[in-house]
Amino acid sequence: MYTCADLKKGLKLMIDGEPYVITQFDFTKPGKGQALYKCKMRNMITGNIYDRTYRSGESFEPAALEDRDMQYLYQDDSGYVFMDTKNYEQVSLSEETLGDDHYFLKDNMEVKILLFNGRGIGITLPNFVNLRVTHADPWVKGDTAAGNNKPATVESGYNLAVPSFVETDDLIQIDTRTGEYVTRVKE
Amino acid sequence: MEPNWALAKKRPALEKRARIVHAIRAFFMAGDFLEVETPHRLPGNAPELHIDAVACGDGFLHTSPELCMKRLLAAGYPRLFQICRCWRQGERGARHLPEYTMLEWYRSGCNYRALMDDCETLFAALCPERQLAEIDLTPPWERLTVAEAFARYGSLSLKEALATERFDEIIALEIEPRLGQERPTFLLDYPATHAALARRKPDNPQVAERFELYVRGLELANAFSELTDPDEQRRRFEQEEAERRRLGKAPYPTPEKFLRELATLSDAAGIALGVDRLVMLLTSAQTIDEVVAFTPEEL
Repeated sequence: MYTCADLKKGLKLMIDGEPYVITQFDFTKPGKGQALYKCKMRNMITGNIYDRTYRSGESFEPAALEDRDMQYLYQDDSGYVFMDTKNYEQVSLSEETLGDDHYFLKDNMEVKILLFNGRGIGITLPNFVNLRVTHADPWVKGDTAAGNNKPATVESGYNLAVPSFVETDDLIQIDTRTGEYVTRVKE
Repeated sequence: MEPNWALAKKRPALEKRARIVHAIRAFFMAGDFLEVETPHRLPGNAPELHIDAVACGDGFLHTSPELCMKRLLAAGYPRLFQICRCWRQGERGARHLPEYTMLEWYRSGCNYRALMDDCETLFAALCPERQLAEIDLTPPWERLTVAEAFARYGSLSLKEALATERFDEIIALEIEPRLGQERPTFLLDYPATHAALARRKPDNPQVAERFELYVRGLELANAFSELTDPDEQRRRFEQEEAERRRLGKAPYPTPEKFLRELATLSDAAGIALGVDRLVMLLTSAQTIDEVVAFTPEEL
């Protein structure tokens, strides 16, 4: 069982027999009062979003999900197709289910697919992915301040903020958990 | 290898933060407040049901410097301030860090009203243009009692909320987001049951002279007229500590020296203001993470 202290973004819970994932989480505490745990959660089957506020002392059942190693194959009309390399079983996930994660998929990428009663309902990507910058504004000469940033687009169409020295055609590493730039990759 | 981008990009925020902290110090020194440092590790904190300390060696890290600050006040120091780190276990959210920076200041010979005036003049020093985005900082700021706030914004009256133990929930979810949106709000006069170290109002003992300052829905500071009756303070500590122990929390020793010296304290008032949140507000940051170099997750 989980307690309120375990609640965080990404945690998967079972409520009334259906799996939910916490998509937004905030801890709040008025003045010297009791702690409140505000969650936005998505039903992993129906996609419906709910707001729930819990108080310390409540407990939660972990979601009974199977996490299986699979490989990304291709995208077709049914969505994004993955294969279990041991038994060649295939599952397909919709773009809606994947959310921003679809921007970080690369051919043959090894991922974990979450299954609930045999149906693919979620994905865990490798923590880091390397993607090529297809557009970044030119580096302004003299802009050497370490903290400055600018917008950039990578090959999958994903937009993010990068340091000012990153240029078009650079290969960069992105943290798939936060969607943020980590570093340039030497080739 | 290139420099850590997550740290490097915080530089503008950290530069602003440093300037704000310097300005706070300059403000209090100009007002003839003595800056003091008190120990971060204590045998125990003032017992509070909903604040958990971090155990450290044979004691606890302080959750506020209040006990030591009030002992100095009782020893005859008229005006004191401190900027220090405080620790509160399990508090982590968009506006909470388990280790954060607190500004506390204390005045003798006055009640909590004087601290409201201090808040207004402190902001005038930090933000001379008197305007923070859409919020007008020109004094006097809004003064709203807790009972009025429940009547205006709550789905229950204060009385109903207390009877059903939904006080904190209504404050946090219904009232707080509405406060300090056009100008800062002092939410004042808390039920005496919700102010462990505050003095009761002389003309209404059901209510304690405590206020919280809100700007743009953000709780910035908590203040009160200090309770100076050692016997009543001891009774309140015993009640709170008994409740803490009932819930299985680590026991605190009774702060005997504090209780003894409280007898020499005359009228006084003190306030604790979250510096990280003040920086959030003055830099329009969305989360507390943006205004500190390291969050616990980055260590």
